[in-house]
Amino acid sequence: MTLSQTATALAEELYKIAPDIDLDDIDRSADLREEYDIDSMDFLNLVTALGKRFQLEMPEADYPRMQTFDDFAAYLDEKTS
Amino acid sequence: MSEFRMPSLGSDMEAGTLVEQSVAPGETVKRGDVIGAVETQKGVIEIEVFQEGVLDKWLVDLGTTVPVGAPLAMILEAGEKPQEALPPDTEPLPPETVPTPPETVPTPPDVDPVHPDTRPTEPDIAPSPPEVPETTPPEPTRAPPEVPPSPTVEPDSPAPEIEPFPEAEPPPSRMRITPAARRLAAQRGIDPVTLVSASGDVLTRRDLEATPPSKSSPVTTDFRAAIAAAMSRSKREIPHYYLSHDVDLTAAEAFVTTQNAGRPPTERLLLGAVCAKAIATALKKYPEFNGHYVNDQFQPSKAVHLGFAINIRSGGLVAPALFDADSQDLDALMLSMRDLTARVRAGRFRARELSEATVTLTSLGERGTDAVFGVIYPPQVAIVGMGAPRLRPALHENTVTARLQTTLTLAADHRVSDGSRGALLLRAIDAQLQKPETL
Repeated sequence: MTLSQTATALAEELYKIAPDIDLDDIDRSADLREEYDIDSMDFLNLVTALGKRFQLEMPEADYPRMQTFDDFAAYLDEKTS
Repeated sequence: MSEFRMPSLGSDMEAGTLVEQSVAPGETVKRGDVIGAVETQKGVIEIEVFQEGVLDKWLVDLGTTVPVGAPLAMILEAGEKPQEALPPDTEPLPPETVPTPPETVPTPPDVDPVHPDTRPTEPDIAPSPPEVPETTPPEPTRAPPEVPPSPTVEPDSPAPEIEPFPEAEPPPSRMRITPAARRLAAQRGIDPVTLVSASGDVLTRRDLEATPPSKSSPVTTDFRAAIAAAMSRSKREIPHYYLSHDVDLTAAEAFVTTQNAGRPPTERLLLGAVCAKAIATALKKYPEFNGHYVNDQFQPSKAVHLGFAINIRSGGLVAPALFDADSQDLDALMLSMRDLTARVRAGRFRARELSEATVTLTSLGERGTDAVFGVIYPPQVAIVGMGAPRLRPALHENTVTARLQTTLTLAADHRVSDGSRGALLLRAIDAQLQKPETL
């Protein structure tokens, strides 16, 4: 399965945080923090990295739209299009 | 001339492996400069000098494991001349002055260098400050070293299967290897030098994973051994008592949300930082929980260097210090936490951060349990635990409503304090968290 540009970016940033988890092994519609075993600091770093990469504000109020891999990628798609 | 020695990076460390020489002979050093890095059971730790001068020479080759207290380098004080005009690459000093293991058998970094019977000195006291400079006058004769001669690599230990750092060529200044790969290599007992990167010039975790695990790889990692040693000592020596207290985090959470609205991600706060600040602030009034218990005596610390327990993905835990957590403002403390976490996750932090924490905060994060009861990290005397914040039914203004709550716990040393004071401390933290805007 090929990933969109945003999903690839998301996967890359997740790999930096959780190199031990393979994207192929996770449920992309399940809670991202559970799937990748990341804590609030990791999540903030993820948001920071993607915000920088795509020049996005990524406010906390939007965090609920970043709860799963698929939702997160869709959110990035929407914001970057 | 003084010796720069392998520092003790915590009570559980007995030996370390020199993996980086960041300063070359002839370069000037000043107090606080990082002159190299040492690999210990806890990862790669940068080592700092505590004096001014010029690095005369390194006494230990890269990849060599030496016990705590063994000289690593010679430092000349300003204006001092080297004792002998030795070219920098000559053989190290004669064996009676340099208690390093014989060069021919360097211990590979992954072999457990620890021997119960060669324990150097009581490792209680945090880093034997290299500023106790056993200053040798610049005469031809040298004072005998104070440190006991280091253990030579034990003869009957199984011969390492992996080639140590090659001797012929000068070791690379720094291996191009990702931190995750370095950790995995250590866990599997693989010397990264023996590996070739498939993808390019940087060794990654994938390269490591492609390598079959070595037969001799220890299942229990060094890391686990280090934690076991410290925690066994804690439970053996420290009469712990425990308290717990439910705390409402609604106000603190609302404060964080308000603060973060409009802030870019780089400047956002986490609830954990607010809690850390509340603890540091509360501790100012309760000095008997903040300091070190050394030589049958409690030495309170003026500043709160809050150890912050950080779990490491590949297994293990460290609690390096957030220095001066009491006097940093909240934003600064948050940045310190981010910086520290990033460096720890990358497997790299500073020596002082490991040895100088005066109290510890352990928090299991959002996906943890309601409460965590810590084990005190000697020589500290207290550890505050923070459970996972979650919505719980709670009585608020005489109505049962859903409130964001957590359980704070305290494990403290009965040699220094009693439960009534501990209770006051937890209540003081609670009070701070109810008025987060004052933090």
